[in-house]
Amino acid sequence: MYSYSEFDEAFIRARVAQFSQQVERRLDGSLTEEEFRPLRLMNGLYLQLHAYMLRVAIPYGTLNPNQMRQLAHIAETWDKGYGHFTTRQNIQFNWPKLKDVPAILKALADVEMHAIQTSGNCVRNVTADHFAGAAADEIEDPRPVAELLRQWSTDHPEFQFLPRKFKIAITGSPNDRAVTRAHDIGLRMVRNAAREPGFEVMVGGGLGRTPMIAHTVREFLPKADLLPYVEAVLSVYNTLGRRDNKYKARIKITVHETGKEEITRLIEDRFAELRPLFGGNDQALLADIEAAFAPPAFRNAPTDAYDAFYAADHAFRAWADTNLTAHRNAQYAIVTISLKAHGETPGDATADQMRLMADLAEKYGHSDLRISHEQNVILPHVHKSDLPTLHAALSQMGLATANVGLISDMIACPGMDYCALATARSIPIAQQISTRFQELGLEQTIGAMKIKISGCINACGHHHVGHIGILGLDRAGVENYQITLGGDGTETAAIGEKTGPGFAYDEIVPAIERIVRAYLDLRHSAEETFLDAYRRVGAAPFKAALYGTEGEKDAA
Amino acid sequence: MSRRFIPKVVTANDLILGDAVYLTADNRWSRLHSEAELIEDEDHANARLAFGAAQKLIVVGVYLADAKPGPNGPEPVHFREEFRTRGPSNYPHGKQVETAN
Repeated sequence: MYSYSEFDEAFIRARVAQFSQQVERRLDGSLTEEEFRPLRLMNGLYLQLHAYMLRVAIPYGTLNPNQMRQLAHIAETWDKGYGHFTTRQNIQFNWPKLKDVPAILKALADVEMHAIQTSGNCVRNVTADHFAGAAADEIEDPRPVAELLRQWSTDHPEFQFLPRKFKIAITGSPNDRAVTRAHDIGLRMVRNAAREPGFEVMVGGGLGRTPMIAHTVREFLPKADLLPYVEAVLSVYNTLGRRDNKYKARIKITVHETGKEEITRLIEDRFAELRPLFGGNDQALLADIEAAFAPPAFRNAPTDAYDAFYAADHAFRAWADTNLTAHRNAQYAIVTISLKAHGETPGDATADQMRLMADLAEKYGHSDLRISHEQNVILPHVHKSDLPTLHAALSQMGLATANVGLISDMIACPGMDYCALATARSIPIAQQISTRFQELGLEQTIGAMKIKISGCINACGHHHVGHIGILGLDRAGVENYQITLGGDGTETAAIGEKTGPGFAYDEIVPAIERIVRAYLDLRHSAEETFLDAYRRVGAAPFKAALYGTEGEKDAA
Repeated sequence: MSRRFIPKVVTANDLILGDAVYLTADNRWSRLHSEAELIEDEDHANARLAFGAAQKLIVVGVYLADAKPGPNGPEPVHFREEFRTRGPSNYPHGKQVETAN
């Protein structure tokens, strides 16, 4: 993976020194909170309900074992022994003390990490397909381009004060695992007629209070044009984006108000101006970065032991069936380590778990770890013969839950257990749903199901693109949960539709169960997933299950 | 036409720890909601808010929160404020363990 250049190193160290002094000046009174707040936010430090929260960037979700160990060290030394992996492939520490933050940032810098641009109206951490470089369906590893975008966007003078935050997601596969259509810019690698790789460029997607699926502004952009093109998009947005109303400031609103054709024309015009200014240095740099992402030296060894163990061990087989994905090398598998043990907090890992995952990545996974936007950890390159040993080690530490892609593999934002913006809790709802369906023993029967929970309208929990989405709201001083159905975050992206009135805190889990039971009753076969069934029959039978007989006629 | 004033407490977060704190009648910042001064008058509430907000080296994000009298002192009205008196529901962290005694 990419290692910091001297420039990166100097920049990060300078920022740590700068912020350390700013904290000192805040504590001695030379800086007021009004002056300090934007400075701390620039360095990922939020003030939440019970404590500060530090959001650390994990660029394109990629970590090496030493970095993971350092996160464990930080969690133990300055926090409460755990970290929370987020839907933006970042990690959040929920309990740092203000005076300790400089030491934490220094510890991060020691392993080439930082918390810069994890807040504020700038280009945020670029997210990528968590199976990048390993997936069997991939055209090219998108991470070199993501790294190029990271370097370009870090401290970019023109784009530090955008109308609003800006999120870019990238995938190298036709199957979209990075929710690219729900980002300000989504980049999906495709090939043109001449079989050359390039990008479909999508602009103006986003969730939040006005969910929108991105428009494609370029069907095929040659790879070499990527940086000037992205800069053109940012430049147009920076000029046109609304600064008069925070709720209308994202590029999705700009695209919506300007119209797809006009915004495309403006982007293309700006691109025509910018393209000649890129003299090829970006491509030289990209070539260097690509070298750093060369695939590991794959081992060539028999996989009989895996096949034998798979046939013999039921628990291993259940785990392999759900948590493994096809690797481009048939002797290898992509391992998803579920951070969704039943009844636990989605996305949380203890320091011990982090260290184990780091050790296993080093021993069996070519020292590569990924964080998925679905809040799991990935070992992208594991030889199949190592899987039984790996599984046994994960089992010892509560990390072998066989539920990836199933109903208990939920996304949940921190919600009102931590977040100052939240309007209701998310985590306990997720805990109760996973516990309930485990008790029922229905998870395998239900099959592929994505439930996503947000504790407020900002939709960090991606509820709009959940097959079942849950949005926690404050209705007259009481927690209330609204349900959406039919959302999809993949290449067939769709925004879920509201079912009707929301449900109280103690009514939401039974409501979800009614939806699931309705699905089991009406599906044609076990192969028809919830999403397929929903697309076939529409919302009516599920509304009937939720609210009574109304709409039942339509279910026939 | 004056609406009935809903009693308030002055609350904030501790500058260094970030923990929720409450202004007491004797001008301390307590970690316990029950020790807060329950303010029943709007002018007094604004005066206490200004007093609290001036303490910039101790607290951050000072605001007035609705409260009601209880057997052991003021109690929060809204669930958000109730959570702030306890800590998160997924782990035994925060006030629910730190101020248990």
